Amino acid sequence: MNLAIFLLALFDGVAYAALVFIVALGLTLIFGVMRILNVAHGSLYAIGAYTTVSLTGWILALGFAPVLAFPLMIVSAILVGIVIGGPLEYFLLRRIYDKSEVLQLLVTFAVFMILEDVQRLVWGTQPYFDSSALQVLGNISVFGVTYTIYQLILLPLIAVVLLLGMRFFLRHTLTGKLITATTEDREAAQSIGVDADKVFLFTFIIGAVLAGLGGALASPTTSILPGMGADMIVLSFAVVATAGLGQIEGAALTALMIGLGRSFAVYLYPEFSVLVPYLIMVVVLLVRPEGLFGSPAARKI
Amino acid sequence: MSMSTNKSKSAATTPEPGKGHFVMKSPLSLLWVVGIVAVMAVPIAAPSLKLLFTFAMAKGLGVLGVTVLLRAGQVSFGHALYFGIAAYAGAFLMAAMPSTDFLIVLVAGVIGATLAGLFVGLFVVRYRGIFFGMLNLAFSMIFWSILEKFYHYTGGADGIRLERPTVFGSAMNHTDFGLVLYYMLVALMIGLGWYTIRWFNSPVGQLFQTIKTNETRLEYLGISPKRALLSGYLLSAALCGVGGVMMGMAQGVVTPEYVWWVRSAEMVFIAVLGGAGSVQGAFLGALIYEAVRTYASVYAGDVWQMILGGFLLVIILFAPGGLIGILQSLFKRSNDKTGGGT
Repeated sequence: MNLAIFLLALFDGVAYAALVFIVALGLTLIFGVMRILNVAHGSLYAIGAYTTVSLTGWILALGFAPVLAFPLMIVSAILVGIVIGGPLEYFLLRRIYDKSEVLQLLVTFAVFMILEDVQRLVWGTQPYFDSSALQVLGNISVFGVTYTIYQLILLPLIAVVLLLGMRFFLRHTLTGKLITATTEDREAAQSIGVDADKVFLFTFIIGAVLAGLGGALASPTTSILPGMGADMIVLSFAVVATAGLGQIEGAALTALMIGLGRSFAVYLYPEFSVLVPYLIMVVVLLVRPEGLFGSPAARKI
Repeated sequence: MSMSTNKSKSAATTPEPGKGHFVMKSPLSLLWVVGIVAVMAVPIAAPSLKLLFTFAMAKGLGVLGVTVLLRAGQVSFGHALYFGIAAYAGAFLMAAMPSTDFLIVLVAGVIGATLAGLFVGLFVVRYRGIFFGMLNLAFSMIFWSILEKFYHYTGGADGIRLERPTVFGSAMNHTDFGLVLYYMLVALMIGLGWYTIRWFNSPVGQLFQTIKTNETRLEYLGISPKRALLSGYLLSAALCGVGGVMMGMAQGVVTPEYVWWVRSAEMVFIAVLGGAGSVQGAFLGALIYEAVRTYASVYAGDVWQMILGGFLLVIILFAPGGLIGILQSLFKRSNDKTGGGT
């Protein structure tokens, strides 16, 4: 393995990890607060990507500058959060918080099935591709390796900003503290006047926006096909479980581990590239059953 | 038999071995007998439905495996692994030794699934809840990617053919072999369904179900919950294996699709649809699922998943007992004196 290939694998891994982290961040936030593992998260990711491509294509067809693709990503992510995420929590998930984990998982799986067909109905089965955002930013050369600025600088930058922003938000703002308080002890929070319903709704929308944003940011780098949501959800599950459910900083590190592992496998042992995330997950969970950063729950007798 | 779902709730806390057997007087049991006779009559009365019922019964056996785990409150998002391993074991055996007897293929598939269940089970019985589900998922995805990527051995995404085995030494044509599989599946459904109900009522089965109600008490009794869970896990893997190898023989081709995580989730879905924890519900759910899937994909084109998803939501929100729960409440209303189970 020479330097060029090493750098390529490194850059691929970092870019990929950034995307996975953004999606996993939403998933782990929702799980941390609401104790629901949202299978439909993958659909929100895919819909975010589809929406971005459609909006960008429409704006470009109207003759606007391709630079507008960037604000459109944010618009798509927020649309996904408010149009799909909000009603999903308000009308559906709110009714199942007292049900067992299995049923909660299945409800989100049912939503996943429904949303998969919605995607097929709205966007069809043909692949979409629109890399205008990638081309706007151009390329950069690092030690003779040419790579897109979008993937090498912008994506990791956004991931780091989101990580720090989320930390700051949860620890230093009033809304964030309310969320943390509700997570710690829902009843105690309610008894001092926190509107837990509102906190849950808000959290779920934020999580859904993050899923949509992940899809929006991924859209210029890959072709958008039916089934991309299913792939992403399994992978972000792996990241979240390896990190320890609800662990935000852990998710960042794990995403990086899994992203790098996967991209180096692509160059060294291509057959194993799909395997690596799950192998990492199995090995970590065998040694640390609660995940890398999770703490064992107290036993109730 | 009809009261098995009701019983299970009380059975786990107050073990009453032997009380869950066939109660012929209850009208619901009678319905099952009628149902089985109807299923047996399908190839003669409605040959066009034969394939649908074949697939439903094969899938139902896999769902039965998931149902077993649901009785311990655990949900596996990777049980398609055993479905697939058994089917591939059968296909590899047929490729290595053509004209093997179909019973040997069946046994080979089940052995493959059970060995895999032992290997994975030894790891995953240490976990509960979401981690249990996700680790199962991880193992199934590992196997899935091996199947996809090592196409020299596995045929990749196209899968491999499972040649038609012989039946007791004689080669059969397509139709006859279909009939053999069909009645074999009916026999397996009745036999393994009965066995599973008996197993739930056995001491091991009772310990296994206590993992759901109160695992800590099991430990206080000096019993290893891991070992109890492993016994049920092996049973569930073997049942999935039976379903998988039968499905492989019925379809004649085995693809990585068998192991894909959506298939695993589908099995959990069918188990809950039928009535979480109910043996009859597993098969009833599988039949309804296959029927909706077949007819919805013909008449409703691209939206069959949406229909099934909506169906699942309605069941979970408004009829948490599943189809079996609906049936039971119907019978309870019409014949109240049989409702003494609770």
